Amino acid sequence: MSGRMELVCPAGTPATLRAAVLAGADAVYCGFRDETNARNFPGLNFSPQEMAEGIRFAHGNGSKALVAINTFARAENTDLWRKAADTAAVCGADAVIAADIAVLDHMANNHPRTRLHLSVQAAAATPEAISFYAQAFGVRRVVLPRVLSVQEIAVLNRAIDVETEAFVFGGLCVMMEGRCHLSSYATGKSPNLNGVCSPPEAVSYVEDAEGTTARLAGFTIDRFGAGEPAGYPTLCKGRFTAGDKTGYLFEDPVSLNAGSMIVALKSAGVTALKIEGRQRGKGYVTEVVRAFRRAVDAAESGGDPVEIDGILAGLSEGGRQTTGAYRKTWR
Amino acid sequence: MPSLKLTLGPLFFHWPADRLSSFYNRVADEAPVDRVHVGEVVCGKRMPFSDPAWPDIIERLERGGKEVVLSTLAAPATVRERRAVEELCADGRLVEINDITALPLRSGKPFVTGPFLNVYNEATARFLVRHGARTICPPVEISLATIGAIATACPEAEFEIFAFGRLPLALSGRCYHARLHGLHKDSCQFTCEQDPDGLAVDTLDGQSFLAINGVQTLSAQVQAVVLDPAEFAAYGVRRLRLSPHGCDMVEIARTYRELVEQRLDPDGARFLLSCLDLPGPMVDGYAWGEAGSRPPVAV
Repeated sequence: MSGRMELVCPAGTPATLRAAVLAGADAVYCGFRDETNARNFPGLNFSPQEMAEGIRFAHGNGSKALVAINTFARAENTDLWRKAADTAAVCGADAVIAADIAVLDHMANNHPRTRLHLSVQAAAATPEAISFYAQAFGVRRVVLPRVLSVQEIAVLNRAIDVETEAFVFGGLCVMMEGRCHLSSYATGKSPNLNGVCSPPEAVSYVEDAEGTTARLAGFTIDRFGAGEPAGYPTLCKGRFTAGDKTGYLFEDPVSLNAGSMIVALKSAGVTALKIEGRQRGKGYVTEVVRAFRRAVDAAESGGDPVEIDGILAGLSEGGRQTTGAYRKTWR
Repeated sequence: MPSLKLTLGPLFFHWPADRLSSFYNRVADEAPVDRVHVGEVVCGKRMPFSDPAWPDIIERLERGGKEVVLSTLAAPATVRERRAVEELCADGRLVEINDITALPLRSGKPFVTGPFLNVYNEATARFLVRHGARTICPPVEISLATIGAIATACPEAEFEIFAFGRLPLALSGRCYHARLHGLHKDSCQFTCEQDPDGLAVDTLDGQSFLAINGVQTLSAQVQAVVLDPAEFAAYGVRRLRLSPHGCDMVEIARTYRELVEQRLDPDGARFLLSCLDLPGPMVDGYAWGEAGSRPPVAV
């Protein structure tokens, strides 16, 4: 891959969009304020007018704007998703990020000039699946599921002729996205149905003499000692018991930082690097985007991976970090 | 009212080949189901163990009058796994697609879509029907009302509900059996074979919650959607899928057969199921658009 890697950054609100653009994002991604996007949280996202203004701001400052319409359209209500796609196209989005065949088919038939990116929620990880989406709907880029090692990404890129985008920082799903019903099993609400996971309204903290119990819809997800900060009970990051072992059975409460893999991802043929975090505030987005801007620029000018990792060493979500599936030992 | 059909879904667990043979031989002879899915769905690493057993199992099932469906992997990744999907898709029998990987390989020939394929609305269902989908078993989290809405808008397909068994809730690139035993997936030692219904995962309070099966996470509780056949039909459901477990699946199938033939009412069927040593208590919340872990509400 000869071109420069694109840095794709989260924009949960108009303010974070401006922050990300000014901090050096090559592209920002955002969604409408409804269940058509997978970060459907109160206080986040864009009205159609804000979207049009946000896209103008991005374009005026040399950045691209990608619109995520990446949940699965609800039966009998697919018009909401079609309308969101139409609005994104009219607003001048540089691409629509979609997962549902209904949305992809609508875009291909009605907005063939707007680029389509396949969302990570579509979980397309093989040449057959990716080529199908490319041929059937004209998908130009696939956001890679976070289950592939960097070696597998390199092999995959040689077998497909669409661009790939890889997550490098932020929250980490341990399950294949778009194929996880854990949240709805406990709470009735899920990423695919509602654009939410382990939703706040299902969370409760119960305190007793020994500490705090964090529950999700009545299921205990984790317990914290007195004085220990109580973490958010995201289902797959909880502590459970199986056989004779108790612990973080699915994943430790870690977040992704693949900064040390930027050079390897470039060698593997990845076109774009994605930062997760549309729920994050302006300050956080500015800091992370600035650091990744420097790191990507250093990687592009032949910088040493260890030095690049050093640029990002100060970034932390307050917890431990992992390079996730990019290293095969994660499995 | 067309009669409801019964399907025995693909086995999710890693059973030794001799157990597979004796299980399916008994299904061929005794289980009153119309259709039987065979093949490994969860983990391609298990295929070298089960592959030699399938030809005889298929022959036996077909001689027993069952329609055999070849199920394909839910998350093929390696060259060998992708080739296995391709070979199955070339078969003259009906094939179940559980990942988009199989769609271009099967397009134009009839197929079933399994619950691992994301069919959430009528537009997606119609798209898949144009490519050859005959039976659609949607993701487990969608409600009967939603299935009904999709079925009404897509009458060309036959809709199937995941009616019995631990619910397939998630897939991962990581193997939880290996992780639990301090191993990596690439050298997993097949510890999943020790748990023929998956390994129960409890909360820190000891509440039963989930079950792990290699790269798959299931519910600890057992989905048991038990309705009057007229009610199933009103929701557009024409097939009930029963997912194989270590309990007596022939008796489970007989109970559902009596239910769909109205020889047993729903309360009676639920009571019989509760007597059959299920791997967990019954739930049916997803069917009603609620949390999947919600137990059946007494009528």
